[in-house]
Amino acid sequence: MSSKELDLRQVHDTEFPLPAEMQGNVAITSLSKIYNWSRRSSMWPMLFGLACCAIEMIGTASSRFDFSRFGMEVMRATPRQSDLMIVSGTVTKKMIVPIVRLYNQMPEPKYVMAMGACASGGGPFKEGYNVVSGIDKYLPVDVYVPGCPPTPQALLYGLIALQKKIDGQSLANLDDVPWYGVGPSEPTPIPILGPDIIDPRQMDLIRRQAELAAAGKPYGVRELPPVVKTTKAIPSKAAKAAVAEVVDEGELKRREEAARRRQAVLARKRARDAAKGV
Amino acid sequence: MVDYEVQAPPTTGSAQDAATYLKARFPGVVSDDTRPGFQGVIVQADKLGEVAQAIRDELGYNYLSSATAVDYLGAGDHMEMVYHAYRISGGGALNFKVQTEREKPVVPSLVNVYPGANFQEREAYDLYGIHFSGHPNLKRILMWEGFAGYPMRKDWREAYYEGEAKPFESRWPAGWVHRAEERNVFGSNVRYPADFDLSKLTDISDQAVYNSASISGMGVDYQQDEMETDQLVVNMGPHHPSTHGVFRMVLKLDGETITGLEPVMGYLHRNHEKIGERNTYLHNIPFTDRLDYISSMGNNFGYVMAVEQLMALGARYTPPTRRAEIIRVLMAELTRIVNHLWSIGFFLNDLGAFFTPMLYANAEREKILDFFEAVAGSRLMCNYMRFGGVFKDIPDRIRSTANLMNDRIRDYDTMEFLSDMINERLPRFLEEYDRYLTGNEILLERTVGQGVLSAEDAIAMSCAGPLLRGSGVAYDVRRADPYSIYPELDFDIPVGKQGDLFDRYMVRMQEMHESLRILRQLLPLLEETKGQDIMSGTRAYNPRIPQGESYGRVENPKGELGFYVVSWGDAKGTQNPWRYHVRAPSFINLTALGPMSVGQKVADVVSILGSIDIVLGETDR
Repeated sequence: MSSKELDLRQVHDTEFPLPAEMQGNVAITSLSKIYNWSRRSSMWPMLFGLACCAIEMIGTASSRFDFSRFGMEVMRATPRQSDLMIVSGTVTKKMIVPIVRLYNQMPEPKYVMAMGACASGGGPFKEGYNVVSGIDKYLPVDVYVPGCPPTPQALLYGLIALQKKIDGQSLANLDDVPWYGVGPSEPTPIPILGPDIIDPRQMDLIRRQAELAAAGKPYGVRELPPVVKTTKAIPSKAAKAAVAEVVDEGELKRREEAARRRQAVLARKRARDAAKGV
Repeated sequence: MVDYEVQAPPTTGSAQDAATYLKARFPGVVSDDTRPGFQGVIVQADKLGEVAQAIRDELGYNYLSSATAVDYLGAGDHMEMVYHAYRISGGGALNFKVQTEREKPVVPSLVNVYPGANFQEREAYDLYGIHFSGHPNLKRILMWEGFAGYPMRKDWREAYYEGEAKPFESRWPAGWVHRAEERNVFGSNVRYPADFDLSKLTDISDQAVYNSASISGMGVDYQQDEMETDQLVVNMGPHHPSTHGVFRMVLKLDGETITGLEPVMGYLHRNHEKIGERNTYLHNIPFTDRLDYISSMGNNFGYVMAVEQLMALGARYTPPTRRAEIIRVLMAELTRIVNHLWSIGFFLNDLGAFFTPMLYANAEREKILDFFEAVAGSRLMCNYMRFGGVFKDIPDRIRSTANLMNDRIRDYDTMEFLSDMINERLPRFLEEYDRYLTGNEILLERTVGQGVLSAEDAIAMSCAGPLLRGSGVAYDVRRADPYSIYPELDFDIPVGKQGDLFDRYMVRMQEMHESLRILRQLLPLLEETKGQDIMSGTRAYNPRIPQGESYGRVENPKGELGFYVVSWGDAKGTQNPWRYHVRAPSFINLTALGPMSVGQKVADVVSILGSIDIVLGETDR
């Protein structure tokens, strides 16, 4: 929590008029609003880093960027005390097993943030034989933060985006708050390290493919429609007409204006450079 | 049989002399490597142990820097183990190789001669399937036990395989693409072998770990009357906050004393080397950033040096310009300070001074990162150096907007910024840090006499960097095998005396002072060369590299970082490396973790690991 005193106007959420002198002391609000406000203001991330992004995550936690300003400084080393899993780095097949286990141990409500290109989709290491191409193959992700690695500013933006997402949730909607549903929620099945990583949810598919392989048929690869390679150039007039069809008149004008301005700036720059050269 | 006249072994001569001696000493066993661009000698596999013994004892090559495998499928169809040994007193490498068949590759293990080969041989076993006869603990190290196949072999294809080498046809020149997950039935990066036995679906990956010699044999170990105690096995990691990433240690404990330690790694094995073989030479530069992600500039330096060595075999090679060399050294030394600030901060974290020293160190580190960002465009992953120079000159002004405190755009003259940082800020900070920490009683209690590594062990286990120097061995690649403009710079190599945690801490502190000393000498050189070329030769997008092998090594903050690059397969020069291997200091330094930790308490193993200063991007690659 910030050191600032609680400002009740932040949680005030009604049409009902309050006298001005009471506004700092009394708030009338909805249950969802105060619930979301308290959740998003004390989002405790789990203290674990995977790869390069973890360095930027620590940088974000340090004094210069300091995400404690958003109520997130309490990084817990145990999943049982954390609300947010920041997947900060490349997820490998060997590491996905503990990660899923950690996620299952986190109490609800829980959120997952994919920090950086690797956690979002494999990133530069996607083709690697030991790399899971994106944590979303196993866990539901709430916020993706692009970058390789994302700067601390980007991570902070991602955290604020998560707060906004929480602000928009309603207690009346079970899709938003599934942890108030009937019965305990299902844990994510833990992958198995076999000859390759085995996702238990894909077991049927794996079995069918193994049968194909045993029968000597091609397996594992899906046939895709052939790619249509177009090498024909589109004449500029036709291209312009096609664009004009979609974009309205004002937009087109604005774009042309912007292009002209850009050209002018470039010309000025070139002239300046030429002058400097002389 | 002819009795050859064997002269006294040259213990100080060049690698050439050593090769001549070996050929005379082992006639018919040792022969020259005659492939164009290759150096060193080829040893017959069955005699490797004897030859290695002679190389170490008679020739004085007592430091095994790197041991790695190469698969020459379609180019002789054999596997090859390549060893690079150095003398600890300095000088160039003796490169010796062993060739073995691809079907059932067996090579004698060198762990008895060079204990530092331990993990590297396990890596070759894991990724290439080479069996090392006599290895005490031969099991997979980066992948898990039970994984199908040996992924670094040339004929092994990953699930998202698209082509042998980049640029892929789908991206260039035609420019169509199918996403890899669409082509795979499972929609994911997996591929199962055809003979996949579904009935045996159990996870055996951990059994091998618990069966290893250092920690197996649990049970009652002390019994008196009705009291009995058990030895306990404790897992630390892979998500433990004190393991500096996703490193895992399995400890066997007797009470609180460690009786066995088994390091488990590979949780961040992201296949650098396989991807590196598919990439073009230029593609690999940004990947090297992500090895030791705290000191990316240093990694760039090592890789471009290795490739430049190969380029030098060609006809039209021009060495990097002087300004480029100065800038490279400037970046490498700033990186050293960045890394040591970070590692000392975290070392104190591990000692229990939670996060406060780290915050102070990180605040200074950010200033250097500002400079990196202004120069290379990125704070962490600089991707800055190129073959023949650097890609961009140092700008005149530094404009940094990342000041969240007051949103003001700060604007500095670069040289003033550098000079202020080097002459004022960093010395002041180091002095302050020194005053608060170095004499601190808790720090002394926790570090003096703990985690001792003797000089002999450090050399034998191929330790590098502050870990080696902390044990009193003044071995620094910048002096032992100089590169770039280091010979003309004036600096000292700090060493420790006892090889304990405190010595390593002090070596790091003093190295920062030495780096500052180097940086002070660089400032006038930078002014002097202002406006000169930062790159020699033409800027080729996809240069052809002449055939041959090279081993480029630099003194990275964490130790000796080496890149073994082989260019093979095209007489006109290749566009993709045949083999791209990283000799990662963090990986090999971990060999010493077990021996240092046994007999210590659990709390100390954390600080011992912190004093080695590993980074997992490099350990696992």
